[in-house]
Amino acid sequence: MTTALEVASAVRDPELPVLTLADLGVLRDVSEEDGRVVVTITPTYSGCPAIDEMGADLRRSLKSAGYSEVEVRLSLSPAWTTDWISAEGRSKLAAAGIAPPARIGPSVAGPVPLNLVPPSRQVACPQCGSPNTSEISRFGSTACKALRRCNACAEPFEHVKEI
Amino acid sequence: MSFDNAYESLLGHEDSHWAFGTGFSEALSGVNREFPVGVDREDIVAYCLMLGDDALIFSQRLSEWCSRAPELEEDIALANIALDLLGQARMLLTRAGEVLGKSEDDLAYLRDERDFRNVHLAEIDCGPGPGGDFGTTIARLLVFSSWRLALFSRLRGSADPVLAAVAEKGLKELAYHRDHAAQWTVRLGDGTDESHRRMQAGLERVWPFVDELFATHAVEARLTGVAVDPASLKSEVDGVLEAVLAAGGLSRPADTRAARVAGMAGRDGVHTEAMGFLLAEMQHLHRSLPGAVW
Repeated sequence: MTTALEVASAVRDPELPVLTLADLGVLRDVSEEDGRVVVTITPTYSGCPAIDEMGADLRRSLKSAGYSEVEVRLSLSPAWTTDWISAEGRSKLAAAGIAPPARIGPSVAGPVPLNLVPPSRQVACPQCGSPNTSEISRFGSTACKALRRCNACAEPFEHVKEI
Repeated sequence: MSFDNAYESLLGHEDSHWAFGTGFSEALSGVNREFPVGVDREDIVAYCLMLGDDALIFSQRLSEWCSRAPELEEDIALANIALDLLGQARMLLTRAGEVLGKSEDDLAYLRDERDFRNVHLAEIDCGPGPGGDFGTTIARLLVFSSWRLALFSRLRGSADPVLAAVAEKGLKELAYHRDHAAQWTVRLGDGTDESHRRMQAGLERVWPFVDELFATHAVEARLTGVAVDPASLKSEVDGVLEAVLAAGGLSRPADTRAARVAGMAGRDGVHTEAMGFLLAEMQHLHRSLPGAVW
C-alpha cells in the first residue's frame, strides 16, 4: 500500500493540472490519526473556487488507495505564497508554457508599498526565452495568473504572479 | 464519443473528475476557531458581519461589470477582484454563522436589508448602468481597497484567530486590488480631457461616503484587541489617496458627508435606496428556489 502522503502528494491541481498539490505548495500536512487520514490544505487566494474540488479529489484518491476515512482540513495561516511552489513545480510550469513566479522572500513589516506603475519584472518568455516581455493584464484566467506578451516572438503567455 | 451533449464529450465518460455538484465545503474547516477570552461573542458576530458584508456587497457590485467593462481584460480583472472579496466574505460569514446557528448561504441570501451591516460605499450604484460609470467604479475601488488594506494590515494582530488569519490572507489580495485601482486612476486622470473629467466626477460621486469608513461604531469600540478602530486608519488612507490623486493630476473633493437617518448608517443596518434593488437581484434565485445548487 502506498502511504497516504504519497497518494495525497500525487493529486493534481484542478486548474494547473501540470502541477501536483505538493508542487503548488498548497498541501500543508498529511497525517494518520487512529486509522483516519487527515489532510490539511491551504487556498491560494481567499476566493479560490478550486479549493472544494481539491478536497474532493484528495478524498477520492485516498479512498481508492484504501484509506476509508479521510478528513480534509483547511488552513489559512500562514498564508500561501508563490515561494512555496517547488523547484520541480517551477520547471513543470515553464515546460507547459506558463512563466513561473519570481521568488519574493519573506514579507517585510510596515505599510504595504503602493505601486503607481506596474512593477517592471523581468519575466522571460516561456516560448522563446526572451526577457523582453510586457504585462497585458494583472488578472488572468485564474486568480493566480497574469497575462503577458512576448515582445520578441509576439506570443501571449500566462505568468503565475507573485504573491 | 457522442457530441449530443457538450458536457459528455468534455467528461470523457468519467464525471468523477469534475466539480459539478460537489457543493461548497465549510469555509473554515480545520481553522482554529476558539474565541478570545473575555469578549462578547455577539460583538464578534456583529464585527464579522460588518467586514463580511462590506466584502459580499462590494463583490456583488463588481460582478455587475462582468461583460460590461471597457475591455475584456477589465471584465476579468474586476471579476477576479470580486472573487477575492467573495472568498473573504465567505470566511467571515461562516464565522458569524457558527455562533448564530446559520450557514454562510443563510446569511447571504435570507437576511433582510436591515440586517446587513456593510458601509454605504459598498452598496451605492456606481455603474455599469445609468447609476455610474467606469471612472466612478474605479474611484470606489481605490477608496475601498486603500481603506480595507489599512484595516487588514492592523487586523493581522487581532486576538481573534479567525479574524487574524482572514486578514493575513486577504492583505496580499487587497494590495493587488489597490494597485489596480491606483494605476487606473492615474491613467484616467492623466489621460484625455474626457477621461480626466469622468475620473474626477467619479471621485466627487463617492466622496460623501468616505466619512462613514472612519467612524468608530460601538461594537468596534467594545472589541479592544479584537477589532481595529477605523478612526486610526484615516491618516494612512489619506496619505495613499493623496499620492494617487497627485500622480493623476486630480483634486481631492471637498469633505462632505452623505445624509444619515437619526445619525445611523450602514453599520446600523440603515441603507441607501440602492440596497434593496441590489439584494433583490442577489437573493431572488435562492429565495425562489430554496437550496438550489448547480
